[in-house]
Amino acid sequence: MKRQSWDNPSDTSLTRVDGAAKVSGGATYSAEYAIPELVHAVLVTSTIAKGSITAIEAHEAEAAPGVLAVISHLNVMTVPGWPAKKQPAERAQVGTALRVFYDPLIYFDGQPVAMVVAGTHEQAVHAASLVCVTYRKESHQTDFEKNAGKAAVPLNVQRSGNSPFKDYERGDAAALRQAEVKIEAEYIIPTQHHQPLEPHAIIAVWEADDKLTVYDKNQGVKSVQGQLAQAFKLPRENVQVVARYVGGAFGSGIRVWPHTLAAVIAAKQVKRPVKLVLGRDQMFTSVGYRPYTVQKIGLGASADGRLTGIVHEGTGQTSMYEEHLERTVLASRALYACPSVLTRYRLLPLDVNTPTWMRGPGDATGMFALESAMDELAFALKMDPLDFRLKNYAESDPERNLPWSAKSLRECYELGAEKFGWKNRMQAPRSVRQNGMLVGYGMASSLYGFHRHPSKARAVMQADGSVVVQSATMDIGPGTGTAMTRIAAKVLGLNAKKIRFELGHSALPDAPGQNGSSTIPSVGSAVHDACEALKNRLAALAGDMEARFRSGGQAVVRNGQLFASEGDKDGLSYADILKHHHLNELEVTGESKQGAERDQYSMYSFGCHFVEVQVGELTGEVRVTRVVTCADVGTIINYKTARSQSIGGVVGGIGMALMEESVMDHRFGRYVTSDFASYHIPVHADVPPIEVYYIDKPDMLADPIGSKGLGEIAIVGVAGAIANAVFNATGKRIRHLPITPDKLI
Amino acid sequence: MKPFQYLRPKTVQEAISMATDNPGAQYIAGGTNLVDLMKRGIASPPKLIDINHLPLKKIEHRYDRLRIGALALNSDVARHKGVVARQPLLAQALLAGASGQLRNMATVGGNLLQRTRCSYFYDLALPCNKRQPGSGCGAEGGVNRTHAIFFAGNGFGGYEASSCIAVHPSDMCVALTALETNVVVNGPEGERRVMMKDFHRLSTQQPELDTYLRPGELLTAIEVVDNAFAKHSHYLKVRDRASYAFALVSVAAALQMDGGRIWDARMALGGVAHKPWRYWAIDLMLRGQAPSEKLFQEVAEHEMQSAEATAQNAFKIKLTTNAMVAALKTAAGIS
Repeated sequence: MKRQSWDNPSDTSLTRVDGAAKVSGGATYSAEYAIPELVHAVLVTSTIAKGSITAIEAHEAEAAPGVLAVISHLNVMTVPGWPAKKQPAERAQVGTALRVFYDPLIYFDGQPVAMVVAGTHEQAVHAASLVCVTYRKESHQTDFEKNAGKAAVPLNVQRSGNSPFKDYERGDAAALRQAEVKIEAEYIIPTQHHQPLEPHAIIAVWEADDKLTVYDKNQGVKSVQGQLAQAFKLPRENVQVVARYVGGAFGSGIRVWPHTLAAVIAAKQVKRPVKLVLGRDQMFTSVGYRPYTVQKIGLGASADGRLTGIVHEGTGQTSMYEEHLERTVLASRALYACPSVLTRYRLLPLDVNTPTWMRGPGDATGMFALESAMDELAFALKMDPLDFRLKNYAESDPERNLPWSAKSLRECYELGAEKFGWKNRMQAPRSVRQNGMLVGYGMASSLYGFHRHPSKARAVMQADGSVVVQSATMDIGPGTGTAMTRIAAKVLGLNAKKIRFELGHSALPDAPGQNGSSTIPSVGSAVHDACEALKNRLAALAGDMEARFRSGGQAVVRNGQLFASEGDKDGLSYADILKHHHLNELEVTGESKQGAERDQYSMYSFGCHFVEVQVGELTGEVRVTRVVTCADVGTIINYKTARSQSIGGVVGGIGMALMEESVMDHRFGRYVTSDFASYHIPVHADVPPIEVYYIDKPDMLADPIGSKGLGEIAIVGVAGAIANAVFNATGKRIRHLPITPDKLI
Repeated sequence: MKPFQYLRPKTVQEAISMATDNPGAQYIAGGTNLVDLMKRGIASPPKLIDINHLPLKKIEHRYDRLRIGALALNSDVARHKGVVARQPLLAQALLAGASGQLRNMATVGGNLLQRTRCSYFYDLALPCNKRQPGSGCGAEGGVNRTHAIFFAGNGFGGYEASSCIAVHPSDMCVALTALETNVVVNGPEGERRVMMKDFHRLSTQQPELDTYLRPGELLTAIEVVDNAFAKHSHYLKVRDRASYAFALVSVAAALQMDGGRIWDARMALGGVAHKPWRYWAIDLMLRGQAPSEKLFQEVAEHEMQSAEATAQNAFKIKLTTNAMVAALKTAAGIS
């Protein structure tokens, strides 16, 4: 299956096609469209965690300079797609997305309760400060630890016969108890927020009474289009969603959140285009987060290091009105060859807003626990942590009893270990000191499930032989346009400069949102197939011109020319083919989706991380000083942008491990870390040299380009590797993230 | 942000008159703190007096002291040759604070007057005695991992533990406190000099007040008198990330050493009290002694006897002890 790499070494990589626009201010983000007649909205949010609004005093705000409207549940339009309001209001059933300004009920602190629309942003901010909301408070529950006893099997699981989140058991449940060597421990990750640097923003424009355009920060224009069409009972095509550039999202833009609806409602009510940009503090309660999760893991092994039992239980927090489920315990079923595995997943509803998927959702959480536990057991076994993992290497998927479509995790381990110099690591903690700091080395595995969704792409060749490729896919940062350009260039034998890829607009051919590392497998395959189809059309047209092209299926492409066979020296240029047939352009649309291979093979991306940390013995400060990350994600389409994505994942993992923590004062049910001074993400000084390696072996069972997607797996396991390195440095096992100095002194 | 009037005086005297004539008006220099406070509705001065163009930027050495204008930028002070050579502790502390971009805007005067970063102070929906006297201290029974462990001290008296447990956020001021800097202040009643120890307040009955400045007064300069600490001083800042974070604990340690013994010692601590915390007895404890880890440990533990933890910051007592030991070791040149 090994074939020539698409893209290695790195100097053949494409530079980000929109890089220059992004760094020079040429890229227009959602809040930056210059729309005539634009007015500005600011949200007023609740200051209680549970109860109801008893009054909204808005006269002063309405009288403030420039104010057009103060919108709340008292005067909001009827949203046609929503059920009629109940009088008196009743608390929402579990499974209902929060409907903004729907009724006076408060479900969480920070919930939008009113919105001020004014001529300028400053006027709207000032007027928002004048809106006085009074509440009837009810006692709230936001403290996970205090309410842990209320965790339950998710309703979603209770209602569905075949949920992956059901309790799972294989082998002998007693195996763990009888294990020769075992460990049991509890691991906690706190609430963590995506906090992309670009805040969520929308400009809503009603072009006509029944025609809506939104410039909205999100991760899926088609999904936003569908949901807005549904809410406002419009034909899909009457709603257009534009998101050509997105300044980071990490999952916060997968769903359509209340503020998006609020802006659309406001634009309808004031009959003007409305811009709404969330404040940094509002970002903590408006667009989801990685949920506070408590996990218990038990691992047992024979004295010679064979896993005999895994028990993995996880409970994540959710809101009172929705369930958010994630893959927290699922990796434990598939990653290692272990005969007996038991997993349980529970949810704890609290008076908070609903969590959502955040980079490596569930897996990053679960693998912190599993990979920490593996390190603990390796230590108890007196085994090298990498040897321990190799000894329990799963040659086929132990959960589904299926062969892997492809798995090069062993090669990842070997390459990563060699580049890192793992063999020099001392097993005993506190063995190495440098410059007065304790030095430690840790590693962890990673895996992430393969996701491929039906996707379309259109390829249009112009008379000059250049090509425009289009799909309603997204770029939240990985460099989608660059990767797609590279795929098109490869298939069509064209210089990348002759290709333009268009994305981020709902009028383009259907594509899934950018999530679950599915863009390259889904959209990349569609682009591949569309370009293959275009190539075949060109070959057929060439066959009409010259007999040598009629052999069928032999044609090859190079430098914008078609050749009859590999050895053919005279090519026909694309421009000449179109010219000969009097064609101004040549258009094909390809659709690509998964076949039956999904049921015959188990498909995952794999990887591992090796980490060096230095810990101040007196100060407890942890600095990550080196990272080697290695991934097996099939074909690497464009090394340069892939590498950036891996680096970003590691940086996210450093934040997750060492500093990110949203802290709530449970007396008020309110976050007290709602700015970047108190919610820490890594700064440059926290980011060490990060070496990135890929196995770069295509998985042709997964999709026609052999590529499995990289975004999520880049972060999965990083926190575990760091915690393991901290243990090796200090002898202290920190099971409650983040690993801050107070936990180490 | 509430609408405000912008004033631009031509001289120091005019600035002082404007401030005196307009109660509630505030001076603005770099604005790196005040603008944030205004955006959040924590400060809403009806008038802003922009002093940026006043001639208060000069850094010079005259007679026995380094005089630094109140409008000198943090970044300019940190890399000024005279400062680096004569008062390296000050340069180190400045560079430990904020980010490069902020240091390029923030002034010495603004740094002295910056307000606490306590989350309760910053959130209008939560109680805070400093922001709204009498509303209660949100942090006291709430999230107080980063809050104070030292409260009363040195005859100030009148302390009420519950009035405010916030900490002063500055790094520069910790170094200035150890260096016994004078703050030069000009006001309606003329110029006066205030010692650092008397500049900021502990949290007494009036936590809304951070300093002992009088109405209308304008900071014009700081003065650091020459000393013999340059060879043996160290600013250690312990924080939750490598840069751009406020101190969990910081230590400004300055020693004068000769013949393997300590002949003078000063220390101030940051992140532990409502103002930079001066460790007064350290000179007495170290004078004439040969430096050793054991000695430093004893000295550190001695000061921590008067520390008092809140629910979530007991770790600070050990962390501060450790940080004092580490800073003293570095300052003394022993590993």
